[in-house]
This record gives sequence, structure tokens and C-alpha cells, in this order.
Amino acid sequence: MPIERRANEILWRRQSPVAQAARFAGWLALAALTVFTFEVMTRNTIWAFFLDAPRQAADLLGRMVPPRWSYIDQLWWPLWETLNIASIGTLLAIGMALPVAFLAARNTTPSVAFVRPLALFVIVSSRSINSLIWALLLVSIIGPGALAGIIAISLRSIGFIAKLMYEAIEEIDANQVEAITATGASGGQVLVYGIWPQILPAFAGVCVFRWDINIRESTVLGLVGAGGIGLNLQASLNVLAWPQVTLIFLVILASVIASEWISARVRHAFI
Amino acid sequence: MLRIEGLTKRYRTGDLALDKVDLEVPGGQVMALIGPSGAGKSTLIRCVNRLVEPSAGRVRLGDTEITGLSRRELRRARRRMGMIFQEFALVERLTVMENVLSGQLGHVGFWRSYLRRFPQPAVDAAYQTLERVGLADQIDKRADALSGGQRQRVGIARALLQQPEILLVDEPTASLDPKTSRQIMRLICELCAERHLAAVINIHDVQLAQLFVQRVVGLRAGQVVFDGPPSGLNPEVLTRIYGEEDWTTAATRRKGTDGGDDDALDEERMAGIV
Repeated sequence: MPIERRANEILWRRQSPVAQAARFAGWLALAALTVFTFEVMTRNTIWAFFLDAPRQAADLLGRMVPPRWSYIDQLWWPLWETLNIASIGTLLAIGMALPVAFLAARNTTPSVAFVRPLALFVIVSSRSINSLIWALLLVSIIGPGALAGIIAISLRSIGFIAKLMYEAIEEIDANQVEAITATGASGGQVLVYGIWPQILPAFAGVCVFRWDINIRESTVLGLVGAGGIGLNLQASLNVLAWPQVTLIFLVILASVIASEWISARVRHAFI
Repeated sequence: MLRIEGLTKRYRTGDLALDKVDLEVPGGQVMALIGPSGAGKSTLIRCVNRLVEPSAGRVRLGDTEITGLSRRELRRARRRMGMIFQEFALVERLTVMENVLSGQLGHVGFWRSYLRRFPQPAVDAAYQTLERVGLADQIDKRADALSGGQRQRVGIARALLQQPEILLVDEPTASLDPKTSRQIMRLICELCAERHLAAVINIHDVQLAQLFVQRVVGLRAGQVVFDGPPSGLNPEVLTRIYGEEDWTTAATRRKGTDGGDDDALDEERMAGIV
């Protein structure tokens, strides 16, 4: 009760005294929890190691630089493979995600009771498993190599793309759809003229965003044997070839920067 | 021409939007549908082309009973009814030309429309119509680059490209300024006269309706409570349609002017400057 009537005046406060006390108690509890969790977290920490960390890091860094530039000759092909895993995986995902998105969107699904929950289930199950886990499963099913990586990337991306797209579809302006329907257009024409132009910017943005993420994810798929530059990373780590690891990091960094630049340009072009 | 019999619409929420409406619009007649918000005006015209499915009653356009058609036949029937919308309902990211040509979608196959390969006569018709509504120089602009009045002209051109027999017009001027509103209403009525089109125009601006139409139908709570010439809208009738209010100014105003008062006001205001 923020408003309080007294004999000759009306008091107004943002919160009643009780709410104020509750708020204070809430903040206090949060602070206490933070202190407590820090306690738990550091229970097994060996502080000697922690204090030693800067020296260890400096030591590792010293062994990592300079990068072994000549190793780049062996990285071109894995890098190309990585880009392909990301790009083909994204394309496959787009192809599968679009129908799912239309089935999941409340305003375009043929049946809210049956088809929509099914589509939503596809989305959730795809999203709940990380690309690396998908890759792990697929490597044991279809064997190591880029194909497993491509499928892992696309399976993970279906849910992401379909979810963002069905939200975009649900937000379209129904008037435009109505207007196209009123001309006597068929269902397909309504889709192409009434709906597609409205979701095109979102579509372009989502696809390049996911492609951008997939470039990053595909660089680690090699750790579980699913092809790409990650294979070299793992091999170099295994033999403690730190200068090679540094070069791989630099190559990954460069490709991620390039993909971000490209996706920013594409998003800009489609607004 | 358009014949509505016992048309009833009850929404799933239980609201009765239309209650046994009987109405007949002969060919070439421009009719205004007035009434308070929620009276069922929009529902009525949407029941005609079945963007909203009526609950009961019949709608006939010429010899076709719209209410009994299959989905396929309905699409064919919709080509004969052009629709114009309050918020223009243009596809914002398409060009003016694409928007106008979308009036032809009912006549063109999927792939031709997907590839924007419209038949030459349709493209010619689109050019002519755009010229008629005064947008010949805006053809390649995107719809969202136009002003409100220009957008509504595109909406009108799109409806005309269907070569319709009747126009269903839903609050064409509600998002426009008074001057543009008059221009748009005048354009719609002129085009109806030129092409011998019938029109049902939902409009909440009674004075605007009185200026341009031949017949006014008043709707209240889903029922027709007035049907007659614009001159019949006296305070007693307006009260029947909209409820109690002092209508004397509205009723007397229309005797004075027709289109001239905007200019007259501008003249008055400009008088001291030069």
C-alpha cells in the first residue's frame, strides 16, 4: 500500500514498509548465497597451485610463442574442411528448419493440436543437445570424418533456426496476409507474397548468425574426430606442440573475424 | 448484384458481431456502411469474401452463392471482389509494381507469380492503373517508402487490377489526414463511376460519407438500423446508430460546403502573409 492517508495529508512512497523490508532481506540473502557458494567452490582449491598460476601461464605462453608459421601449409586443407562443415551443415539445417518453422508457427501450422507440438518437439530436441555431443554420437554411428561433422552441425542448427524463424512468422502483420488472400491467391502465393517478404530480413539474419556460430563450433568438432581443423588442434595438443597450437588459434580467430564481418554485411543488406 | 440474406456471425468468444443482416447492393452503387466501433462493419465486409467465415446466412454475388463455395471456387470468386484496407495492407518490402500486380495473383499460376513473370496484359493494366491513381513516377519504389495517401492509392490500384465487380473498402481514410481522406474518397468514388463498380465502404467519418456516397447504411450492434440516402441522416437517425449525443452541428454542417473549405481556410490563413 504505497498510499497512506493521514489526518491532513496523503503520503506516497514507491513501496510499503513491508515490501521495502522484504527487498532488503532478498538482497541480503543473495549476498549470503554468494559468499557461501564461493566457500563451496574453493574448498578443493590448492592455493599453492593458484598462487603459482601466473608463473605457469607465463611459462606456457613462453612455449607458445612464436607460432610455428611454417605449419600453415598443413592447415589450409583442414581449414577449408572446417568452413565446408559449417556452411554445408548450415544449408542443410536451413532446408530442414524452414518447414518445421512453418509447422510450428501458430498462424501457419495446419493443426495447433497435433502438428504444432510435434514441430516444437523437433525444435526442443535438436536444441537440447550440443553440436559436440551430436558429433560424438555421429562419429560412433557413421564413423569419423567431415560427414559426421556436417550432420552434427545441421542437427543442432535445425532447432535454433526453426525456433527463431517461427517466432518471426508469428509476429508478421496479418493485414498483409489478409490482403493477398483477398485477391484470390492460392496458399502458395500467399506464402510467397504475403508472408515471405515479411520474414525475409529475419531469415537472412538468423541464417548468417547461425553460420557464424557454426564456424566457431566446427573448429572444435575435430576433438571428437568429426573432421576439420580441430583434428590438428587435438594432434598438436597431444604432442605438446605449443607453437602449432598458437598458429591454429590464430587461424581460428581470423576465420571467426571474417565470418562475423560477412554476417554483419549480410544482415545490413537485408533490412 | 451483391445480396446478403440473414447474415449472422458469432465469434468463438461468444460475441454476436452480425445479427441476421439483410442487404442488397445493386451494380454501380456506392454504399457507405457507418456505425460505432464494434458494430460489425469490418466483420460484414469480411464475411462477404469470407476472410471471416459467417456463422449463418447467405451471400450472393451475381449468380454465385459465395457462402456455399469450396475453397477452390472461393478463390475464383474472390477475384471478383477487390478489397481496400484501413492500414493499406501493402506488402511493405515489395515494390509498388509488385504490390499492384499482386492483384492478379488469382489469375496467375504459382511459378509465374513466384518468378514475377506476369502476363503482358496484366503489366499493361498495372501501368495504366498506376497512371490513373497518379503514381506513374513511383513504380519502382518500395511500398514502405511512400506516404500514407500514396500507399492507399497503391492499395486502390491493387484492388482494381483484379478487374473486380465490387469493391469492399474497410475504413479507407482512417489513417489519413482530412485532405488526403477527401482525395482518396473522391478517387474511389470516381473510379467506381468510371468502371461501373459497386462499392461497400466502411467509414466512421459521417460527414465524409455524406459528401461522396449515394446510400448510407447504419449498423448498430450487428443490426441494420438505417438504410437510406445521405440526406436522411438527421439527429434522430444518428442517435439511433451511435447513441445519445448533440448532433445538431453534424447535421447542419453538410448544408454548407463541398470540398471548398480546405482551400477557403488556406486562403484566410495566407491572407496576411503576402
